Amino acid sequence: MIPELGHFALVLALLLALAQALLGLGGAARSHAGWMQAGRMAVAGQFLFVLLAFLALAQAFVASDFSVAYVAGNSNSQLPLFYRISAVWGGHEGSLLLWALCLAGWSLAVAIFSGSLEETFRSRVLGVLGLVSIGFLLFMLTTSNPFERLMPAAADGRDLNPLLQDVALALHPPLLYLGYVGFAVAFAFACAALLAGRLDAAWAKWTRPWTLAAWLCLTLGITLGSWWAYYELGWGGWWFWDPVENASLMPWLAGTALIHSLAVTEKRGLFLSWTLLLAVTAFSLSLLGTFLVRSGVLVSVHAFATDPARGLFILGFLTTVIGGALTLYAWRAPRMKSAAGFELTSRESFLLFNNALLVVALALILLGTLYPLFLDALELGKISVGPPYFEVVFLVPMLPLLLLVGIGMHAGWKRGQLATAGRRLLWLAAVALAAAIVLVAAIWGGIRPLATLGLALGLWVMASALLVPLDRLRARARLPAALVGMSLAHFGLGLTTFGITGVESFRIERDIALAPGESAELAGYEFRLVGLRSGVRGPNYVATEAEVAVSSAGRPVATLRPQKRVYHSGGNPMTEAGIDAGVARDLFAALGEDLGGNRWSLRLQYKPLIRGIWLGALLMALGGAIAAFDRRYRRAATVAPR
Amino acid sequence: MKRILLVSAPIVLFAVLVAFFYAGLQRDPTVIPSPLVGKPAPAFELESLGNPDWRVGSADFTGRAWLLNVWATWCSGCYQEHEVLLAIARENRVPLLGLNWRDERPKALQWLAELGNPYAAVAFDGEGRVAIDWGVYGAPETFLIGADGTVLHKHIGPLTLAAWRQDFVPRLPEAAP
Repeated sequence: MIPELGHFALVLALLLALAQALLGLGGAARSHAGWMQAGRMAVAGQFLFVLLAFLALAQAFVASDFSVAYVAGNSNSQLPLFYRISAVWGGHEGSLLLWALCLAGWSLAVAIFSGSLEETFRSRVLGVLGLVSIGFLLFMLTTSNPFERLMPAAADGRDLNPLLQDVALALHPPLLYLGYVGFAVAFAFACAALLAGRLDAAWAKWTRPWTLAAWLCLTLGITLGSWWAYYELGWGGWWFWDPVENASLMPWLAGTALIHSLAVTEKRGLFLSWTLLLAVTAFSLSLLGTFLVRSGVLVSVHAFATDPARGLFILGFLTTVIGGALTLYAWRAPRMKSAAGFELTSRESFLLFNNALLVVALALILLGTLYPLFLDALELGKISVGPPYFEVVFLVPMLPLLLLVGIGMHAGWKRGQLATAGRRLLWLAAVALAAAIVLVAAIWGGIRPLATLGLALGLWVMASALLVPLDRLRARARLPAALVGMSLAHFGLGLTTFGITGVESFRIERDIALAPGESAELAGYEFRLVGLRSGVRGPNYVATEAEVAVSSAGRPVATLRPQKRVYHSGGNPMTEAGIDAGVARDLFAALGEDLGGNRWSLRLQYKPLIRGIWLGALLMALGGAIAAFDRRYRRAATVAPR
Repeated sequence: MKRILLVSAPIVLFAVLVAFFYAGLQRDPTVIPSPLVGKPAPAFELESLGNPDWRVGSADFTGRAWLLNVWATWCSGCYQEHEVLLAIARENRVPLLGLNWRDERPKALQWLAELGNPYAAVAFDGEGRVAIDWGVYGAPETFLIGADGTVLHKHIGPLTLAAWRQDFVPRLPEAAP
């Protein structure tokens, strides 16, 4: 009964989304206050019913109702309660429902917290969000109903993919979707501005905190995914340039460009049509990612069940939403002219470089991701584009970007005043470079140009991010939240760069066969296989656990316990790496195959500075959060819009 | 004018992308065409399954089209497609050469005795050497070789009558008499 109610709630949510779109856009077009008000009510109603549908599905999982096909396919009676709940979004249908819930939640937040917006403008924003909701709900109801019954009911479920039975991966999709869908708000703001045919600094002020919120969710989601891949997949890698990863990185790059160009639009009223285009692009890339992941046009390790009917629907939806917005853009953007000018060394031009470089990186990744599709469609053969391409092309725009980040933060608006800051920055750059050279030579030995450059850039960005806040602190001046947020985020960027360079330049990996009692040496550490225990029981798996004692110069450092798990529901054994985490380095051991004769293959890794990657990303997200709560956005609530 | 071109560029680019996506939806990126298709078939000569003294090989079919079917008794897909092979043999359009792959002679002979023998001849590839030359991933696989000795088509997995009619028959040199 409850699944049917959930299904019915989805139908009602679709009707309310329809009302939201029609009343919102129609009310704004006719300046009809009653319609606009009713449109706002529809937003709340839509959220309520999507939430009910979501709860109904969660109930089916908690109660292990295997008469629901989706539950039978993604859960199991032995699955712990926590993962039974996270299994709600463990498959295609449920993750769509989560998308819809996030979208309805963002829409409700806009309806509640945008009281200061001009009535017709807010109404248009909600109307556009309603259109997007219609697409998702219709998609679910026509091709991917999560409440479909299974006749006869299954005796037990097929289980949640064991790879997904992990805390980080339980939280990864909701954060990622909050990010993707959060860009829908910026998209709706852009469409509303295009519909109105005008845009001003106030528009940017309204859009910025929403974009920051979406961006920080996406940052956290990507970070969790990368961290999970590191300890769960058993290869010790943290980024694989898989199409699905690229699908999350592209909106992130567009979103990063957007929050920077919004700064220019807010402060100086410049880059108007460019900012609009970026707002449309960020959400378009989120939708594009959904299409690529779920339509089966690309080969990826993240296999969602694919289905041509679904692919066709998403393509139609994509064409309507993005095509509509871009047509609107081509029609209305020529009216949005920026009047003011700026000088070459002003902050505006640095942000322009930032945008150009980010968009170049984005375009190169998009090209690499879609290249196999292009070639196949043109009958030129099947190829796959891998890390060698992405690593090189991503570096090309990133190196100048990192260099400029450190300078741009210190440039003034409109007129450059680099002369005063210039000398200090030059010193800082020299010190960062010297420190990097010393670091490389002292710790790892030798001269490594690319590694030195990467470490120097990381140090440079970190140091220059601290310069202004430190000056202010010394002068006992006020530290606005926006400044703290920006400095923290840039510091995080530097730290991530530092970590990436460290681990990619100096990691050491060794695959080796060991019998209990034998040991192997890696990066000055001795890894000794103490023994193996089989039959280690978890809630729904049995594992073989190895004990690896690590010592350095005779002193014990850590004991790693990598596992190989076989889940009761069957399938391939899963590796669970044993990791000793540290600020300076991780020691990593993954258990491989039983080679017979009591020998096991082991993958041992030394990963210097790898924690910096995720710590830096967390700081970026934290910086975004602090900046989003800057006082002027709350003050904006009292400023009457033009 | 320049500005109009500029603001229209995104929608034009997007339209091109959509066209590619639509084309991409009609294809399966996981299908990897055999590198052998269009190339000369690798020549081989092996012992016959039934009699180790006889030699069976690609030379037996020089000048006419033939099918190579890779099979084994341990392969459930082969059992599944056996009926289809018998039907193809009854159509008598093109001779079937069986490649018994990594199998045991007695078991394979018993299999043919019980299920019927669709093959004009069966070569015994106990060590799987010839299968490597032909780029066999797994059994069953079926190749169509033209009269000029080039590989015309490769089917991976159990053969079905639908696949036979759709992918093989149109490639046969001429409609059978």
